[in-house]
Amino acid sequence: MPVDVREATKSIAIPRLGASGHDRPPRLNANDGRLRTLQEGSPPPSSTAIWVGIAAISMTFAALTSAMIVRQGSGMDWQRLSLPNILFLNTVILIASSVTLEMFRHKWSPAGKAPAPSDPTTLWLYVTVVLGVFFVAGQYIAWKKLQAEGLYLASNPSSSFFYLLTAAHAVHVLGGLGGLLYIAARLRRATLYTSTLNVATKYWHFMDVLWVYLLVLLWAKL
Amino acid sequence: MAKLLAVTIIIIAIGSAIPIVGHYWEAPANVSTHGHLIDDQMSDTMVETGICFLVSQIILAVFIWKYANRGREHRIGRLPGGALGLVILAFLVVGSEVIALGVLGTHAWAEVYFKPPGPNAMPVQVQAGQFAFYFRYPGPDGVFGPIHPDMISEATENFFGLDTTHDAASKDDIVTAEMDIPINREIHLLMHSKDLGHSFFVPAMRIQQDFVPGLDLSLHFTADKIGRYEIVCTQLCGLGHYNMKAYLSVLSPDDFDKWLKQEAALQ
Amino acid sequence: MHNMPADPTLHHAPPQGFIRKYIFSIDHKVIGKQYYALGLVAVVTGMVLSWIMRVHLGWTNARIPGVGFFTPAGAPGGLMTPELYLQIMTMHATLMVFFVLTVAPFAAYGNFFLPIQVGAEDMPFPHINMMSFWVTLVAFCVLVSSFFVGDGPTLAGWTSYAPLSAVGAAAGPGQGTGQVLWAVSIAIFCVGQLLGSLNFIPTTLDLRAKGMTFSRMPYTVWAWFITSLMGLTAFAVLMPACVLLILDHVAGTSFFVASNLVVNDQLVPHAGGSTLLWQHLFWFFGHPEVYIAIVPGMGIVSHVLSTNLRRPLLSYKVVIGSMLTIAFLSYMVYGHHMFVSGMNPVSSLAFSFPTLIITIPATIIVLIWLGSIYKSRLRINSASLFALGFISMFISGGISGFFLAQPTIDIMLHATYFVVGHFHLVMAVAAIFGIFAGTYFWFPKMFGRMLDERLGKIHFWLTFVGAYCIFMPFHYLGFAANVRRYQAFVDDYTVHLIPVHRFITIAALATGAAQFIFLYNIIHSRFWGKPAPENPWEATSLEWTIPSPPPFDNFGGKHPIVTHDAYQYGVDGPDGKDYVMQDAPEGIAPQAPAES
Repeated sequence: MPVDVREATKSIAIPRLGASGHDRPPRLNANDGRLRTLQEGSPPPSSTAIWVGIAAISMTFAALTSAMIVRQGSGMDWQRLSLPNILFLNTVILIASSVTLEMFRHKWSPAGKAPAPSDPTTLWLYVTVVLGVFFVAGQYIAWKKLQAEGLYLASNPSSSFFYLLTAAHAVHVLGGLGGLLYIAARLRRATLYTSTLNVATKYWHFMDVLWVYLLVLLWAKL
Repeated sequence: MAKLLAVTIIIIAIGSAIPIVGHYWEAPANVSTHGHLIDDQMSDTMVETGICFLVSQIILAVFIWKYANRGREHRIGRLPGGALGLVILAFLVVGSEVIALGVLGTHAWAEVYFKPPGPNAMPVQVQAGQFAFYFRYPGPDGVFGPIHPDMISEATENFFGLDTTHDAASKDDIVTAEMDIPINREIHLLMHSKDLGHSFFVPAMRIQQDFVPGLDLSLHFTADKIGRYEIVCTQLCGLGHYNMKAYLSVLSPDDFDKWLKQEAALQ
Repeated sequence: MHNMPADPTLHHAPPQGFIRKYIFSIDHKVIGKQYYALGLVAVVTGMVLSWIMRVHLGWTNARIPGVGFFTPAGAPGGLMTPELYLQIMTMHATLMVFFVLTVAPFAAYGNFFLPIQVGAEDMPFPHINMMSFWVTLVAFCVLVSSFFVGDGPTLAGWTSYAPLSAVGAAAGPGQGTGQVLWAVSIAIFCVGQLLGSLNFIPTTLDLRAKGMTFSRMPYTVWAWFITSLMGLTAFAVLMPACVLLILDHVAGTSFFVASNLVVNDQLVPHAGGSTLLWQHLFWFFGHPEVYIAIVPGMGIVSHVLSTNLRRPLLSYKVVIGSMLTIAFLSYMVYGHHMFVSGMNPVSSLAFSFPTLIITIPATIIVLIWLGSIYKSRLRINSASLFALGFISMFISGGISGFFLAQPTIDIMLHATYFVVGHFHLVMAVAAIFGIFAGTYFWFPKMFGRMLDERLGKIHFWLTFVGAYCIFMPFHYLGFAANVRRYQAFVDDYTVHLIPVHRFITIAALATGAAQFIFLYNIIHSRFWGKPAPENPWEATSLEWTIPSPPPFDNFGGKHPIVTHDAYQYGVDGPDGKDYVMQDAPEGIAPQAPAES
């Protein structure tokens, strides 16, 4: 069992010396950083890491957004695209999947007690996965609809960006689905950490936020 | 070894400055009316940065010489003024250089880019393509005929894709492989790329500007010395990039008129 | 009800078996060494390529034996073709910028030492860390494979400007498959580095040992942290740019290719794209990238210098603040690569001011270094020599940047050898000196053996003088308007510069040869060097509290408790020493030293 270092070291007081050593008298202050160190209750690294991941993905889509805006202004050949209606249904499905995921996570007690594999609460997790699959399938249907209208990747810059942005998002959703399946597998073996579940959930909700942003962008700009 | 390093640094610093101060290798002499602004900016920067370069390398050398291999008996000392003093020094020195050069430089930049060409400027079009520059003069009608990309052909030497049969404005356009201009006349250079990114650099004329496929850009300048100068491409454009060049000849107004008539006859 | 395990404290069992220990290892130290090895292979390859370039530039009609080996397009009779020159140039730059200057100071040393310096057992996501190396290695293999396909690698430079890079094979040799492979390789590389940032940032924020506050972190930890933040944004932008480029190639889209272009007498089927879009996306990445290359070096120099001056730098906070300011400003300056690109001339002025201003924090750091040498007890060894060399090189390179920051002057210096001299001084020399300083400093800790000091000093002297002989003349060539990326100099006004090129070539070959002293030193010492003690440099940070080389879990299952900042040098320490370790037991409060 790992030692609970927090308990073991609670009693040690740490005097703080001037950072450059010589030009200030020592002050008695436990720490001067805003964030706490590991043994003083810092957040689990995965909760920092998910924000790092979200930042990176956001930058990627920001780059694609600016590419789209510049491209729209550069050539005279932009033809407005009408979005397939199924996209709106897909949006509802994706948001619903976030709701079901939260319903699963909410039942998860912070004290570390999890539902037994046979508990009906675990159903919400599987519903989330199914809804996620429906979302991706629905995106595929949207692409098929555009193709039926003769709009392919290279047909027009507007269709290029439509396929590019929705495909990039769908790829990340598939990654998120992989994460949810991993959660499910860990759950069945009763080795799921709270931090892992929180990371997967944050990521999944981010997929929602990203999709809504993309939908608004496509609707307004395309 | 520390002393050797200190001496080496000083030799390198002074040695590096010698070719600059001694004007060993310089750009071709300026032959444009705006070029002195650039040259003045360049010399101002050289003086200021040269002083900073020499002073800082010498200080590094002196400190290495003096403070290497000192034992425990020597006290660790603090630079007078400390870190704060150095921060203030940096802000003052660099800040003043930024203001001097940055603000002054705006004037020179504005001369080249913000002032539009005068109404009397002579239009010349240059087209860049792998791996040559071609030039076009509008002829007596003063209008450039339209470019038809599908008609561009190296084989038939229709470099600009002109349709002289159907486009009246193209009939009197003069296409040349060399750019000749009259002295003391402002030139309005229209830049067009046939295929990829290229750049138009005439060191003697103190002008450089990229060609951007899809954008029609322009430059204007006036030559004030008769002579023959090189135009070189400075934007990597493929295997012939190193050889992509043309000549810019500055002629007297009479010689220029003669030349243009000759070229018109060859169309 | 089932009890779920509590959140894991980072803990993994020692690796078993050769594969787990040395090949697919999740140990950050092994991953760091793997990155270092990759960097070494890349730098030797890149260096050999540069020799070929230099010989050709000095003696354009010389036959270089074996040069045709590189690409099926070949070089008839060893006489280099113009396209082969450009292809070699492109690969030289791509290898160096990505696989040496991002990999070695950041991924290699950061991976090895960041967890140790903050007092952690490993990075928080060791499997993702392992993946980041293998993904980077795949990117390397994809890049190198472009030598062996079709008509060879791309010739569009490491900057790969559109439309040359986007219109396909019609634009020239290597612009078909070679270009696509380049873009694929770089996109994969970006992913690898993002996986790295995913570990570096949580390690710094969440895994610090008790007492390791932000102001007690060594300079190198700050440097790697800041670099990984920059990498996060920079690589996340280059990756989609490469995807767009690939699509223009293989899918017929027109992101970067304008209308009505005629290449090779044929109308290009793309239309409407924006040439400048590629440049904006690329340089938004490209400028932070060069700071990613130099900031770890600044951290290493600050760290190594403090140890060898036997005193802390004049102000820790100012150095860290300056590094942060540089990182922040680095996003606002990228347009200085595009002053004459055809973008709005007002934008050029707008970009030039932050570019000039970024000189201020850089100057502050150099002044702090210089000011800290004053009345110190400077120790001369290979590591400190390279740290001092870094300062000299960074001054030189930084000052040449001041010319390029002004658009007016850039009219004459853009795309000339002046630019090449500037970026080689700061990247190829200063950043590499940072890597060398780190190697001489940390090799004993990494491998448990000392490097040969005498060979290290010879290596320093030859490299320091040699590098100046190579790169200082580049600036003179630039002032003389010698254009870059030319495989030969056929213009009338540059004929008189060819002797300068020949001088540079000879200096380059000699300096390159000197690097084999370094290679010999590290290989020989790895196996037969003198055994290294735990703390050969009498240094204070946490890596010097553990055995050389460290055990698989760094601190042997214990969690260090940090009681002092990282630069308690020049003090009256315990046992008559002039320093106090970061984890020295509480209760030993060093006396303030006598100051003059």
